[in-house]
Amino acid sequence: MIVVKALNVRAATFALNDISFEIPNGAYGVLMGKTGSGKTTLLEALCGLRASLGGTIEFMGRDVTQLKPAERGIGYVPQDRALFSTMTIREHLAFALELRKWNDADIAKRVGELAELLGIAKLLHRQPLGLSGGEAQRVALGRALSCRPGVLILDEPLSALDDETRQEMYALLKIVREQSHVTALHVTHSRSEAQLLGDTLLKLEDGAVVPMNRPDDFAVKDSFAASSTSKGAAQ
Amino acid sequence: MAGRIEVSEQNAVMAQPQLIHARSDAPFYFAFAILGSTYVILIIAMLIADLGFTTTSHLLQALSSPEIRYAIKLSLISCTITTILSLWVGVPLGYMLSRFQFPGKGAVDAILDIPIVLPPLVIGLSLLILFQTPVFRALDDRFPITYAVPSVILAQFSVACAFAVRTMRITFDQINPRGEQVALTLGCTRGQAFWMVVLPEARRGVMTAATLAWARSLGEFGPILIFSGATRLRTEVLSTTVFLELSVGNIEAAVAVSLLMIAAAIIVLTLLRLFGSESTFGKAVEP
Repeated sequence: MIVVKALNVRAATFALNDISFEIPNGAYGVLMGKTGSGKTTLLEALCGLRASLGGTIEFMGRDVTQLKPAERGIGYVPQDRALFSTMTIREHLAFALELRKWNDADIAKRVGELAELLGIAKLLHRQPLGLSGGEAQRVALGRALSCRPGVLILDEPLSALDDETRQEMYALLKIVREQSHVTALHVTHSRSEAQLLGDTLLKLEDGAVVPMNRPDDFAVKDSFAASSTSKGAAQ
Repeated sequence: MAGRIEVSEQNAVMAQPQLIHARSDAPFYFAFAILGSTYVILIIAMLIADLGFTTTSHLLQALSSPEIRYAIKLSLISCTITTILSLWVGVPLGYMLSRFQFPGKGAVDAILDIPIVLPPLVIGLSLLILFQTPVFRALDDRFPITYAVPSVILAQFSVACAFAVRTMRITFDQINPRGEQVALTLGCTRGQAFWMVVLPEARRGVMTAATLAWARSLGEFGPILIFSGATRLRTEVLSTTVFLELSVGNIEAAVAVSLLMIAAAIIVLTLLRLFGSESTFGKAVEP
């Protein structure tokens, strides 16, 4: 469960004040917002990469507001994936496990499971250079899920993918969600992505996070968009 | 009716694309090639002149001199120690300047330019004056530095380290900080993220910084002359040898030693570039 109460975060050019929202245990939350609305800033604060100036963040019933990123029990998939260029894919999947001092057999088993789940078994010996966008995204997802985090945070993970790969990733994210029971927060500006994946829909607008009541909110917006388009076409 | 015809003719003329007859690009390439090659030709001409001036016997004679052999040994050892020290300081300082905001960062940045822009003789003089202050004089009394081998390393380090810091800062600027942030969320401390993620990605920058620091140290002369003196078989490095041989009119030996320095520089630059390259490094670390 993700519970954010009255969170204040400041970035270089703007501030997010009094941000509050909840994502229930095991739910897939999708946060929508325009480019520049502060989505990444909010995610950085949740990950502990940016200081919170007020309010609280709880993950799985634990107050993590003052904890370091390493102590929050999260998996983070950034927008640009940020794969480690000098490591093989196997090393990516084993990275968090080695930090937790798992034994070699358990690491090998977990890496095998993840590679199977994400369809990257053939890539394990390779380095990130030359991977396709979809492959890189699968690796970034595997790295984030490797140590079985309670919370998975994804920052526009599908924005740079072609349509076909995006459809594959939708299916994969649904499988991941079913198998890992992780509580996810997925940031996107794509309405279709939110409709397909999310069961808790949120919108970051004018520095505040507000719930979107699916599917009515979309229906209202879609009909508005359609009417505006038809009016525009008529003119 | 006539007006209509005029308008339609005008439209027809306007509809035609305006074509430009492009002139040849040859003068552009020619002028840039001439201007650019001037410097390259100057360097090659100097090297050829040096080679033409000396003979194998001059080289062998220079190599057989115990003073020059000592200078070669001291140059290689001092440059290597200076390079290690420069990286030891340059890597953390470059990383801090690249990643963190802290009070006085602008001042630190400006201070680091001082060794680069100051005349080398002034750096040597400043080191000498520094070691006249009570604290450093006491240190010097206990561990002899001035006019001894450590002074050679300190003089080289004073300049070479600034180049290592600059190179490392640029290297870290070019590495996406998001990688280390992900490492932090996966369970790393700051230190682990640096050693396991950032430093391996910065390896080519480290090699470049090492190359620059080594080459700068080899060519260092002014600070060494003032701070270490030019005592044969004591603080004499190759650059000092060239000066000493020239001052007694032994131009053949000076040129022979210069060629040795050129050869050493070329070998080190080539080796480090080879080891610094992606493919070679990849092959080197393969099991």
